[in-house]
Amino acid sequence: MHLAAHFPGVNSTTVWSDPRSGSQIDFTSFEHLARTAERGKFDFFFLAEGLRLREYDGRVHDLDVVGRPESLTVLNALAAVTDRLGLAATVNATFNEPYELARRFATLDHLSGGRAAWNVVTSSDAFTGENFRRGGFLDRADRYTRAAEFVSTARELWDSWAPDGVPRPFAHHGRHFDVCGEFTVPRSPQGHPVVIQAGDSDEGREFAAGAADVVFTRHGTLEAGRAFWADVKGRLAKYGRDSDDLKIMPGVTVVVADTDAEAQQDAAEIRRLQVSPQNAILALEQVWGRDLSSYDPDGPFPSVDPEPESGFVQGRVRVADPFAVAAKWRALSEEKGLSIRETVIETTTRQSFVGSPQTVAAGLTAFVDGKAADGFILVPHLTPGGLDAFVDRVVPLLQERGAFRSEYTGSTLREHLGLAEPVWKG
Amino acid sequence: MTTGRPLHLAAEIGGPPRYEPDHYLGLARLAEGGALDYVTLGDSFARPGPDALSVLARIAPATDRIGLVPTVDTTHTEPFHVSSAVATLDWVSRGRAGWSADVSSTEAVARLFGRRPAPPAEALWREAGEAADAGARLWDSWEDDAEIRDTATGRFIDRDKVHHIDFEGEAFSVRGPAIVPRPPQGRPVTVIDGTTAPARAVAARHADVVHVRATTPEQAAAARADVHRLAAAHGRSARELRVLVALAVDLGDAETAPEPGLESGPPLAGHGTYFRGGPVDLAELISQWYRAGAADGFHLTPITPARDLERIVNGTVALLQHRSLFRTFHPGHTLREHLGLARPASRYALARTAGERR
Repeated sequence: MHLAAHFPGVNSTTVWSDPRSGSQIDFTSFEHLARTAERGKFDFFFLAEGLRLREYDGRVHDLDVVGRPESLTVLNALAAVTDRLGLAATVNATFNEPYELARRFATLDHLSGGRAAWNVVTSSDAFTGENFRRGGFLDRADRYTRAAEFVSTARELWDSWAPDGVPRPFAHHGRHFDVCGEFTVPRSPQGHPVVIQAGDSDEGREFAAGAADVVFTRHGTLEAGRAFWADVKGRLAKYGRDSDDLKIMPGVTVVVADTDAEAQQDAAEIRRLQVSPQNAILALEQVWGRDLSSYDPDGPFPSVDPEPESGFVQGRVRVADPFAVAAKWRALSEEKGLSIRETVIETTTRQSFVGSPQTVAAGLTAFVDGKAADGFILVPHLTPGGLDAFVDRVVPLLQERGAFRSEYTGSTLREHLGLAEPVWKG
Repeated sequence: MTTGRPLHLAAEIGGPPRYEPDHYLGLARLAEGGALDYVTLGDSFARPGPDALSVLARIAPATDRIGLVPTVDTTHTEPFHVSSAVATLDWVSRGRAGWSADVSSTEAVARLFGRRPAPPAEALWREAGEAADAGARLWDSWEDDAEIRDTATGRFIDRDKVHHIDFEGEAFSVRGPAIVPRPPQGRPVTVIDGTTAPARAVAARHADVVHVRATTPEQAAAARADVHRLAAAHGRSARELRVLVALAVDLGDAETAPEPGLESGPPLAGHGTYFRGGPVDLAELISQWYRAGAADGFHLTPITPARDLERIVNGTVALLQHRSLFRTFHPGHTLREHLGLARPASRYALARTAGERR
C-alpha cells in the first residue's frame, strides 16, 4: 500500500473554525504536516495549485480557506526538513512552458536527492487565463494534446543529458512546442521526476495510461474504485506498460476515534462544521448558478430553476447537468424532510473511512486487496495536525498487518513507489 | 567623511554549476556569519546550473538571517508565477527574500521557449519594469489583515481587503488578486543591475536596491546620483533605495597583493568591475569609497566562491568590523531590516482607508 499526505490549500473542507486549525501559509504548518507524513513513512507529500481566486457574482469568494504558497518553492524548502518523503507539486501545463518547468522539476529532484513529483493538470478556463500572458485558454481536446506534448517534451529535456554526464543538444518540433538548444540541468537522481495525473475523463484516463506514473482519483467507493482500476490498468498494455507501472491513488478522508460509534459521531460533527449555513447556500448557488442568499439554509429548497449558462460561479467547475442535480436534491429533501443544509450535508459527504483504528486499517486494506486502489492520498480536515491521529494509530496497525512499510527501503520516490527508473532515450 | 548611513555588503554565491544544496548552504552560512545583508545567486536559462530561486528556497530553512536574492528572468516567465514564487520564498525564509530581475536578450534563450523572438533591449527592460510593477501590485493585493476567520459570519477572509490589480501592460496583463497572501516583508526586495541605461531607468523606478559598476569612487558617486535623480522623477526619495557597487573580486592567496587595484579592462560579463588584491586591500578600497560617500555598499562576486568568500568574510569583513564600519551581527530579522528599508503598506489598503475617510 502506498500513502500520501495532501496539504489542503483553497478548499471548503478544512474546518478553519476549529481552535486547533493553524496557519494555512506559515512554513511551520507545511513543516508539521510533512514531518508527520515522513514519521508515518508515507510515500509523498502532495500540494494542489491555485492560479486564480474563486469568485461568486464577480466578487472574491470569502467562506473557504483561501491563499497558499507557490508549490515548487515550498517543496524545495521542505526538502531541507525531510529526508525521504516524496515531494509532489501540481503545476498546470496550460500556463507554463516545458523548458522552464522541466528545469524547475529537475532542480527539485537534484536538491531533494530524488524525491520530486509533478502532478500534471490542464486548464480550459479563460477566467484563470486572465492572469497570464497566454491570456486565453485551450478547448478541451487541445488541453490534453498540449499536456501530452508538454510531458513528452519535458522527458526529452530530462533525457538530453546522458547518464555519463554529457549534455546533447535537443530539438523538439511539435504542434504545440518548437524548442531547441541545450538543457542546463544534468540527469537528476530519479532520471525523470515521477509524473502524476489527475482527471477522470476518457482523455484524462488515456493520458494517464500513456504517460503517468501515478493517477490521483476521487473514486470513494469500492465498486467505483474497482471499475476505475480495471479500466485504467486495462489501457496500459497498448502502451507497452505493465499493471505495476501505474499506481492508482484515490484522495480520501479518514475520521478515526477510539470506537466506531465515536468516529461516526465525530464525522457527523465535522460535516456540520464543513457545511456551515453560509456554505450550504453556496453549494446551492454552485448548482443553481445564481444568487440564492435570501434563502434560509434551514428551510426548504428554492422553487426557481438553475441558470444553465451562468457566469455566477468562477474558478470552480460547475456540475455538468445542474437541472438533474437540482431535481435529485429536491426529491431527496422532500422524501426525507431535509432542509437545504441537511440535504447538502447528505449529498456531498465524501468521508471515505470512518471508525476505530482497526476499522480504518481494515477498510484501507480491503480497497488495496480488492484492486480498487494501489494506495491513498489522505486529505485531512485540519491543518496542520490532521494526520497526527492517523499516523500514530492507524499506520502501526497497517504495519502489523504487513500492508504498509515499517521503514523506507529506498531513498527516492520512485523506489518508494516501486517504479523502475526510466530508460534513457538519448 | 562618512555618509551617515550603515554600510551594506552582499555577495554572490554562484560559480561553476553545482547541484548539491550543501554547497550553497555552506556559502550562505559563511555570508550569514559575516552579517552580510544578502547573498545573490545568479541564473540564466542558457547557463548550466540549477534554478536559482529553488536553490535559495532549499537553503532557507537551514539559514536564519541572511537575505536570499535569486536572479529571475522576466523575459520568458509569467509575471504571475514569478510574483507567487518570490512571495513564497519570503514566506519560507520568514521575510528574507528578494529577487534580482533580469532579462534574456539572446536568440539562444528564445529558442529554448520557442514562443517569440527575443525583443530588443529597450522593450525587454520595459517588460521587466512591468513585471516588477505587476508583482508589487500582486504583493499588495492582499491587505495584511485580509484573513479574518470570523466564525460568526462564516467568512475566512474579508473580501474587501483582497483586490483585483487589473494590470494592463504592453507585454501582458494580470487581473489578480494574488494567490499567495501578502508576504512577511510586505514586498520582497527588488534588486536590479542598473548598469545599462534602459535597466537603470527601470531600476530607478521599481528597484529597492540598484547595483552599479564603477572603477573609481567618483564614477560610483555619479552613478548613485544618477539613480537618485531618475528615482526622484518618479516621486521616490533616496531613503527608499540603496545603491551598491558591483565588484568581481579575486583575492588570491595573500593578505595584500603587490599591485592591488581595479582592472578597467574587459570586466567579467555580469560581474561588475574586476578587483584583484588581498582581503586587506579590498577592505581598504571599501573603506575609502564608503567614506567618500560614493556608495551605500558593495555587491561582491567572488571569482572562486569557496576560496574568495571565506577570505571576504574572515578577512575583509572582519577588518571592516574592527574599524566599526560594518555591523558584527544582524540586529533585525528581515532583509528590509538589514537594508534599513521600511516595510511598505499595501497601496490598496491606503487607497481603501483614504476612501473610507472621505
